[in-house]
Amino acid sequence: MMGIDPVTLIVALIGASTPILLAAIGELVVEKSGVLNLGVEGMMIVGAVSGFIIAINTGSPWLGFAAGAVGGAGLSLIFALLTQYLLSNQVATGLALTLFGLGLSSLMGEAYTGINPPLTPDLFPQALRDIPVAGPILFGHDLVIYLSVLLVAGVWYALRHTRMGLILRAVGESHDAAHALGYKVIRIRICAILFGGACAGLGGAYLSLVRVPSWTEGMTAGAGWIALAIVVFASWKPWRALIGAYLFGGIAALQLRLQAAEINIPVMFLDMSPYLVTIIVLVIISSDRGRAALNAPAALGKVFHASG
Amino acid sequence: MTAPLLEIAGLTKAYPGVVANDAVSFAIRPGEVHALLGENGAGKSTLVKMIYGLVRPDAGSMTLEGRAFTPAEPRAARAAGVAMVFQHFSLFEALNVAENVALGMEDPPRPRDLAQQIREVSETYGLPLDPDRLVGDLSAGERQRVEIIRCLLQDPKLLIMDEPTSVLTPQEVEILFHTLRKLSAEGTAILYISHKLEEIRALCDAATILRLGKVVAECTPREVSAAHMAELMVGKSLAAPARAATPPGAVLLKVTGLSLEPATPFGTPLRHIGMELRAGEILGIGGVAGNGQDELLAALSGEARTSPGAIALAGAQIGALGPNERRRLGLLCAPEERLGHAAAPDMSLTENALLTARLRQGLDRHGFLNWNGAQAYAEQVIAKFDVRTPGAHVAARALSGGNLQKFVIGREIMQAPRVLVVNQPTWGVDASAAADIRQALLDLAQNGAAVICISQDLDELLEISDRFCALNEGRLSAPRPARGLSMEEIGLMLGGAHDMHEADGEMPHVPA
Repeated sequence: MMGIDPVTLIVALIGASTPILLAAIGELVVEKSGVLNLGVEGMMIVGAVSGFIIAINTGSPWLGFAAGAVGGAGLSLIFALLTQYLLSNQVATGLALTLFGLGLSSLMGEAYTGINPPLTPDLFPQALRDIPVAGPILFGHDLVIYLSVLLVAGVWYALRHTRMGLILRAVGESHDAAHALGYKVIRIRICAILFGGACAGLGGAYLSLVRVPSWTEGMTAGAGWIALAIVVFASWKPWRALIGAYLFGGIAALQLRLQAAEINIPVMFLDMSPYLVTIIVLVIISSDRGRAALNAPAALGKVFHASG
Repeated sequence: MTAPLLEIAGLTKAYPGVVANDAVSFAIRPGEVHALLGENGAGKSTLVKMIYGLVRPDAGSMTLEGRAFTPAEPRAARAAGVAMVFQHFSLFEALNVAENVALGMEDPPRPRDLAQQIREVSETYGLPLDPDRLVGDLSAGERQRVEIIRCLLQDPKLLIMDEPTSVLTPQEVEILFHTLRKLSAEGTAILYISHKLEEIRALCDAATILRLGKVVAECTPREVSAAHMAELMVGKSLAAPARAATPPGAVLLKVTGLSLEPATPFGTPLRHIGMELRAGEILGIGGVAGNGQDELLAALSGEARTSPGAIALAGAQIGALGPNERRRLGLLCAPEERLGHAAAPDMSLTENALLTARLRQGLDRHGFLNWNGAQAYAEQVIAKFDVRTPGAHVAARALSGGNLQKFVIGREIMQAPRVLVVNQPTWGVDASAAADIRQALLDLAQNGAAVICISQDLDELLEISDRFCALNEGRLSAPRPARGLSMEEIGLMLGGAHDMHEADGEMPHVPA
C-alpha cells in the first residue's frame, strides 16, 4: 500500500467514525430500554441542518453542536409521543420519522447550501499535536471526538454499574415486570428516546460542521442505517459499538485513499467495502447466537400498555 | 385478640362494565396467614393490587397499624411494610438474582453487600440461592425464592402471595410452607391467594371468600371441608368428572428417541423422549414449568420438526411433517398460551375456528374460504362447550381466560382428533369451567381417541389420566399407572425438591 500513511489514516478514521458512533451509542440506549427507533437517519439529518443553521447564524460551532442535539431530540420527541402515548407501531413510526426528517431538513437547509461553517478548533495545543505518531492520534482532534468516546464509556458504566442503568435494562427486558414493581415505564422510555435523539442529532451536526463541512441535501447518506446495524451486531454492548463504528470509518477512510492511489479495483467495490466489511465482521463477532440473544432487550419493539 | 394489622373496609373498584370489588371488608392480624379465595374474575387480584398500590380504589378505606393507608404506588406500599410475591411478570430473565432483588427494593445497598444479605436471608429461611446466577437459568421454584427473598429483605409486615404453589413440586410446596410458618411465627402476616383448597386448609388461619367482587363468606379453613369451600366459591356444588373404564386399544402415537434443541436461549432441550400412546387412553405428563413442556408440545404439533422416525402416528412417520399435514392425519394440539399461540387475539372466534379447523372441517375450497361454514362451526363449538360470548364475531381477546380456553379446546375436540395434545388445559380457568374441560377430554378418550395432557396441576392429572409420566429437564420418565400414585411418589418423579433444604437443616423426606 504505497503512499498511505497509517497515522493520517487513523486520524481520518476517527473523524469519519464519530457521527456514526454518536448515533449508534444513542440508539443503543434507546434499544436497551426496549424501544426500536428506526428514525436515526432522520434525526441525524435534522441535527445536521439545525446545527449548521445555528452555527452559521451565531458563528459559534459549539452553539451549532448544541442546536444539532436539540434538533435531533426534538424530532425524537414526536416519535416518543406517537409510540409511547398513542401506542403506534414503532417500526412504521420510525420509518416515517426518517422520511419526515429528510424532507424537513431539505426544506430548512434550502438557503444554506454552498456556505462554509465556522471552523471547529482542535482541543489541544500545537506542541502536543506535534509529538510523532501519538500526537496526531491522541491529541489531534476536536472536543466532540473526545466527547463521543467519553459517552461510550459513560453509557457502558451507567448500564453496567448504576441503578439508573439497571432500571433501564429492566424496562427493556420486561416492561410488565418493571411496571408491576412500580417503575414508570413510559417516562423512562421517553427519556431514553430523547437521549438517543440528541446523540443522533449531535452526530449529524458533526457531519455538517466538521466532516464535510457544508450543508447538502441528504448528506447523511445512510449513516443512520449503519448506526442501527452496528447496534444490533454489537449485541447492544457499548464498546463493541465503538469497534463497529471505527471499523466502518476505517474502511471508509482507507478506500478513499485507495481510490486516490488509483489501485486497480473498480471504484464501486471500494465504495461498498465499508458497509460489507463492517457487517461481515460484526456478524462474526455476534455469531454466538445464544449469547447475542441473551444481551438483546427482550421487550424490544413491543408496545407497552399499562393495565392496572 | 390482638389489634388487626390491616383492616379493609368497604373497598370498591369498578371498571367499565364490571364491578371488580364491591364493598369488600376484612381484617388481618399480625402473624396471621389469611387466605383469599375465589374463582377467576372474583376480584382477588384487583383487591391485592389495591393493597399493593397498583390500583386506586374508588371508595372505601384501608387501615394499616391503626393509620389510614392509601398507597399511591407500589413504592409507598413497600415503604409501609407491604410486600408482594407475584404469580408471574415480575422477574427479569436476563438479569442476575442480585439485580432482580435490587430492582424490587427502595434503597438497595451496594452490590457486594446485597449479595451478602441475600446469602444470609436465604440461609436463615432455608432458601438456597446464588446471587450471581441469571434468573433465566433458574427453575420455577428457585425463581420464586428470588421473589420471596426480595420481599424478606425489606422486613415486611404483610406479605402477599399470589398463587405461589402453582409452579412447585409437592416437596417444594412443603418447604415453602415451612418458610411461611416460620415467618408467621415471627409476626409477619401473610395474605395467601390460591385455588388449592387442601393447601389452604393445611396452612391458613382464616379465609375470606370472594364471589363476583363481593365477600360471600369467611371461615376457618381447618374447620371446614375443601368441598364446602369450593361450593362457597362457585355458589353451587361441583360434580367430579366421571368415566367408564375402557380397555386401551392399539398404539396410535409412538415417540422414540426424540431430542430437540430449544429455539430460545432460556428454552429446555428435549432429550431422548420416548412414549407410546394407545387409543382410548389419557397420558398425563406432569412437571414443573420450564422443564420442556412447550418444546414437547412444539415437537408433537409440528411447529418444531424432528427426524421423520422420531414420531409415528398409527405407524406413519410424521416427525418431518408440519402442523397442517399432522392435522390432516388426525394429530391436533392445543397449546398453553391462549392469546397469541392457541388463538389470534385480535381475530374473531369465527376466524380463529377457521385457522385450525380449515382442513378437517373442509372450510375452504380451491383456496377460497367458506365463511358460512366457519361461522357455523364456531357457533357449534360455542354451543357445545358453553362458551359465554355474545357471538362468534367477537374477538378472541375479549373473552375471559376460561371461556377462551373452552373455545380453544372445544375447537380441537370437535374436529374428531385421533390424537389430541393439550398443554395446561385448565390453567387460570375457574373450577366449574375446568371440570367441563376435563369431562370433555375424558369423553374424547372414551370415544377412542388418545389424549396427552401436559399439566402442572397434579390433582388434575391424577383425576383424568390413565398413566402418568414426569417431564424433568427435558427428559420423560417411564409411565406409571396414575391410579394409586401418591403425591410424594409424583414429587420424586418430578425431580424431587430441586436441592431445597429446610430451614432447620432437615432434608426433605426421601424414601430409600
